Amino acid sequence: MEYFPALARWIHFMAGVMWIGLLYYFNFVQVAALKAATADGTAAGITKHVAPRALLFFRWAAVVTWVAGAALLSDRFVDAFLLRQGMAGIGMGAWLGTIMLFNVWVLIWPNQQKILGLQPATDEEKNKARRVAFLASRANVMLSIPMLFFMAGGWSHRALFGL
Amino acid sequence: MKNPLDSLWGTIISGLVLTVILYFVVKSLLT
Repeated sequence: MEYFPALARWIHFMAGVMWIGLLYYFNFVQVAALKAATADGTAAGITKHVAPRALLFFRWAAVVTWVAGAALLSDRFVDAFLLRQGMAGIGMGAWLGTIMLFNVWVLIWPNQQKILGLQPATDEEKNKARRVAFLASRANVMLSIPMLFFMAGGWSHRALFGL
Repeated sequence: MKNPLDSLWGTIISGLVLTVILYFVVKSLLT
């Protein structure tokens, strides 16, 4: 059945573009825009109307990307995560993507809920949440660089690794 | 010491350095 892996790869790419695209939007655009908007009193436009929608697509695109990627690995899933049987390249990409998914759901989203007022929090808790969410998001930008390298070349361009 | 993740350039450079390190780790596992 050749349709299933092709479909899984297509969904993996589409959801991955949405996930990493929104991650780059947050880090390259929204952080700086929010700083400027806070200075001129227009931050609510972003925090009320843009950020919650962007976070919704961001966190669920992360899940879809991971599930489609796991489906694509199929019976080689375990070999990939154990970095064995010639699967170390794509397996490294899979590990980095998994760490990033953890960051989204465990560090970024719960703290963003406090920052955006979707969960009750004191000012002190909000300040702490802001720092944790920011660093987790920046860590994901950092991890996305090797993750995309290994996703792009880890399986289909094995000559990169001398194979 | 300043956290490199506080700046976008620091984040990108850290990602590139990590790519090089992991490349050699993976290469040693594959060959």
